[in-house]
Parts: sequence; structure tokens; C-alpha cells
Amino acid sequence: MTTIQEKSPLKSDILLELNSVKKYFPIKGGLLKRVTGNVKAVESVSLKLYKGESLGVVGESGCGKSTLGRTILGLEELTDGKIYFNEQEIQDLKRKEKKKFVKEMQMIFQDPYASLNPRQRVGHALDEVFKMHTDMSLKERRDSVEDLLKEVGLKPEHYDRYPHEFSGGQRQRIGIARAIALNPQFIICDEAVSALDVSVQAQILKLLKTLQEKYKLSYLFISHDLGVVRYFCDRVLVMYLGNTVEMSTVSEIFNKPLHPYTQALLSAIPRPTVNAKKERVRLVGDMPNPANPPSGCAFHTRCPIAQEICKVDRPAFIEHEKDHFAACHFAG
Amino acid sequence: MTTAETLELKPKKREKYYVTTLKRLFKNKLAVIGLVIVILQILIAIFAPFITIHDPIRQNLANSEMPVFSEGHWLGTDNYGRDVWSRIVYGARISLVVGSVAVTLGLVGGIILGMLAGYYRKLDAIIMRFVDLLFSFPGILLAMLIIAILGTSLVNVAIAISIWSIPTCARIVRGSVLSIKEKEYIMAMRSMGASDLRIMVRHILPNVSAPIIVFATMRMATAILSTAALSYLGLGAQPPTPEWGAMISQGQDFMWSSPHLTIVPGIAIMLTVFAFNVLGDGLRDALDPNMDLQQ
Repeated sequence: MTTIQEKSPLKSDILLELNSVKKYFPIKGGLLKRVTGNVKAVESVSLKLYKGESLGVVGESGCGKSTLGRTILGLEELTDGKIYFNEQEIQDLKRKEKKKFVKEMQMIFQDPYASLNPRQRVGHALDEVFKMHTDMSLKERRDSVEDLLKEVGLKPEHYDRYPHEFSGGQRQRIGIARAIALNPQFIICDEAVSALDVSVQAQILKLLKTLQEKYKLSYLFISHDLGVVRYFCDRVLVMYLGNTVEMSTVSEIFNKPLHPYTQALLSAIPRPTVNAKKERVRLVGDMPNPANPPSGCAFHTRCPIAQEICKVDRPAFIEHEKDHFAACHFAG
Repeated sequence: MTTAETLELKPKKREKYYVTTLKRLFKNKLAVIGLVIVILQILIAIFAPFITIHDPIRQNLANSEMPVFSEGHWLGTDNYGRDVWSRIVYGARISLVVGSVAVTLGLVGGIILGMLAGYYRKLDAIIMRFVDLLFSFPGILLAMLIIAILGTSLVNVAIAISIWSIPTCARIVRGSVLSIKEKEYIMAMRSMGASDLRIMVRHILPNVSAPIIVFATMRMATAILSTAALSYLGLGAQPPTPEWGAMISQGQDFMWSSPHLTIVPGIAIMLTVFAFNVLGDGLRDALDPNMDLQQ
């Protein structure tokens, strides 16, 4: 009892909690299609997302960022681990029970050209969301859709247009409208601005911020663009080969990175200086094959400060400073 | 172009999707010829009683084997004195009805099987092995087998041809479904909690409609040709039904004395098949997804 009471003030602020979430994709081979191995897309991810915050997830291509997002939404089946949403376990829910949570969790996709059905009018695409989840009448739905279009900076006249009549930024606005239609608490932005021009990126990010303040949204912001993450997020989670490597607030991560991988990532950001000598941490080689990850610390094959212990012992993801977690034997 | 301009929605002339497709179709001369013949044939079939004077099955032995351009019978008469023009016109009805019934049934079966196979991984192996089984018979042989079981009649010809159309249609649909299924908008619908049925009917089907339309048009040609072939072999329309294949079969005994009895229905079959085939080709180009949408 005491433990619950101690944690309760904090716990009520947690919207989403992942507890060593794993997602493996089986590799099937041979005549009988037996499972011969696993691609360990998400190896072990634990995190807490607080209400109203934006948590950035960064890492190289193929580190499992997008798979993580899809697994949380249930688009991929979870291999192991637990997911709590509003203190309720959601990973084992049946389809019907899950429908409740669909309203609360939404996703904005990377490619605004591919995430809208080309044969469906924009208005109908948004209308369909209400049709599936509410009992509104035709007139109410039409009004709601027009409100939504205005909300994301489009016009009600756009109701009858097809997606190909819009620009990339406008399409992404439609994707956002679709995501906020049901008033969710939590939105996963899977590289939501990566496919857009820089100027349009800024507009979309601004829109997302406005909506966040207005509706008290929490974002899981998956991106490979550190600049965008720095501007947009409150906290950052760094991933490498399906593992969480470091997690802290934006200022901690960008000013005082503890993990050598984070340091390498940050040193790759171009800086507008002319003569200043900068220390560039260069990583050699490619990311190892997630079907056959290295022993011990997954990063030891490319780590500039790796020692013998890193090859054998996997470092735990522990709190080195307050709210600053890292998984490294020699963090700092 | 300034930034402000690019952000504004281009005031493009907005056209419905099928209008764009038709426009592109009309640029293809051969396809237009095909379309005209098909439409003509449909009109002829509908208004058959108004454009013929003679009953297509009434015999008049006094006027038998009249050559073409005879008085009152511009395409002549056959060995029983029946008017060839009337028989061709009513034959168009039979060909079109049998063809469209066969294609429709085949499409329904093929779309359902192809959708299920493409969408559900687990059903895929089972359905596609069944389809392979149907494929392993030569088409006309399969049709003859089905007619042998069901008995000879035009209805059974339609059923036989439809069953023979199912595997091809199922494969085409499955292939398209497999590629559409991986699109992000399908993922988006799943994340919205849409049911499988809704995704299949509302989101996948409209996006696989182009290959289905092309298949249906081309299949009409095959179906009409097969109906004629089966009737020629005596497995379809029975005398005195004015079916083109049956007409050729009857006329071949009089090839030397009255060649028009085989040539005229032969031309009718050829024109129809040609028309549907070029129309199908034209539609395939007009519906090409690489040419539309983005332009």
C-alpha cells in the first residue's frame, strides 16, 4: 500500500508506459517454413510518457523507431513486454475492447502521398472516422469535418477534393486532421515531417504545437532529424539496434550526452562555425544485422571507448543523473 | 514561383476521375472503333424487334438459300429459308447476354477469392492451390467437362465459362491486393480501427478496379468466342436458336452453294471479339495508374 501511495501523485501523470517491450520478426526458411531466426527489431524498450509532453525517439534508419510506434498502436503484434495506457494493460486486449483505445491513440504517418486513399475524397476520408466511431448524423458529421479542416488550416471547400489535388504539406494537414478527429490523448508522429520541405516542416510543427496546447496532447515523435527534435520535444529517447541507449530532457541530451552513441549522433549535426575546431566522433562501419546482434553491448562493435567488458556484459539502462538514463558501462 | 503561391492550392480544373479516363480513351483511335462497335452491338441487341422484319426461327422452305442482297432478305436466307439478318441480330442478343452473365459470375467469384487470398495470408495458400487446380485444365476442356456434367444449354455454357474465368480473375485481383495492402493508407485505416471488411470493400476494391475493368472487357471477347465455339460443337445453343456458332455449324454443309451462311456469322463473331479486345487494350492504357492521378 505504501508504495502505491508514494507513487500515486507521479503515476497519475503517466499516460503511456512501456515495460521491456520486444518485437521480433520471425525469419522463416526451408521447405516447411520453419522459424530459423528472429529479426530483433525492438529488443527491449522501457519508457514513460507523461501527459502533455512530447517524447522524441531518435536513431539511425533501421534502429526500430517505427516498429516501436506501430507496436504501441497494435499494428504489429507484441512479442513480449507490457504496455500500459492510463494505467491499464492494453497489449492483450481483444479486438472489441481495443476499439476503445483506438480513439485515444492515433498516428500521423511519414509519407503524406501514401497515407491517403487516392480514390477517396478528403471529406469522405475524415467522415469515415466519425462514421466508424460515433453515432452522429450525416449533417453533424459534415459540420465536424468542416470544423476539422478549418482547425488544421484548410478550407471547408476542400471537402470534395481528392488527395492528388493537394500539396505535400496540405496532405499532411489532412493526416493530422484525421488523427485528431476523435480527440485522442496520444498521437504517434512517425517521421511526420521528414518528407516535407523545410519551410512546410516549420508550419506543420507549429500546427502540432498549437494542437498540443489546445487539446493537451502527448506526442511520441519519431524522427531522425535531431534539429527538429530539439525544437519540438521535451524529452528524447535515443535508440540503437532496437535498444534504448539514452533518455533524458532535450537540454540534458544536447548539452551533456552520456552515451558515446548519442555523442556521435550529436557531433554529426553541422554547426554554423567557420574556424572553430570541433571534435567529431566518427562511427565506422554499418549498423550490425538485427537478426544477429553483437553480444554484450549492442554498440560495442562501433564504439570508440569500448572495453573488454562491453563484449560480454550488456549494460543496464540506469539513471546516471536525475532523469537522465543511459545504457553504458562508461557513461559520461 | 514564390513560396506563397506554391502553398496555395493550384486552381486546377477539377475533373472527375472517369472523365479523365474517358478523355484519354478517346485519344486512342482503335479503342474508339472498338467502343463504337460494342455500343452498336448493344443497341442492335436491345432494339432487335424493331430492325428486323422476319422472325429469326420461322422457316420458309420456298425461299431457302437465297443469296445476299436478295429482295426482302439483304443477307439472304439459310437452308430452311430463315432470314440471316434476323438471326444475326437475335444472335447478338444471345452473345451479349451469355457473355456478360458469364463474365459477371466469373468476376464475383474471382474478386471474392482474390481478395481473401490477397488479404489473409493464411487463406492464400489454400485458395491459390484451388485456383491452380482450375488452371491445370485447358479452358475449353474444363468448359466441356462442366457442360458434360450439367447438360447442354446456353445457361450451362454461361456457368462453364464463368467458372473458367474465376482463376484468372482471382490471380489478377490477388496480385493487386497484395501491393495495395502494403500502402500506408491501409495501415492508417487499421490504426483507425477499421474492420477488415471495410478496408477490403471501401479502400482496396476501388484501388484494384482498373485491372478488373480491363480484365472484364477482354474476358467478354473470350466469353463470346467460347460461347460460339461451344455452340459450334453442339454443346451450347440448340437448333433452332439463332446463335452465331450454331449458325456456322449449320451453314458449313452449304459452304459451296451458300457461303454467306458461314461467312456472315463468322464476320459477326470476329468483329465483336475484335471490338472488345481493342477496347480492353485502350482501357488498360487509359487506366494506367502511372499516367493518372499525379499528371
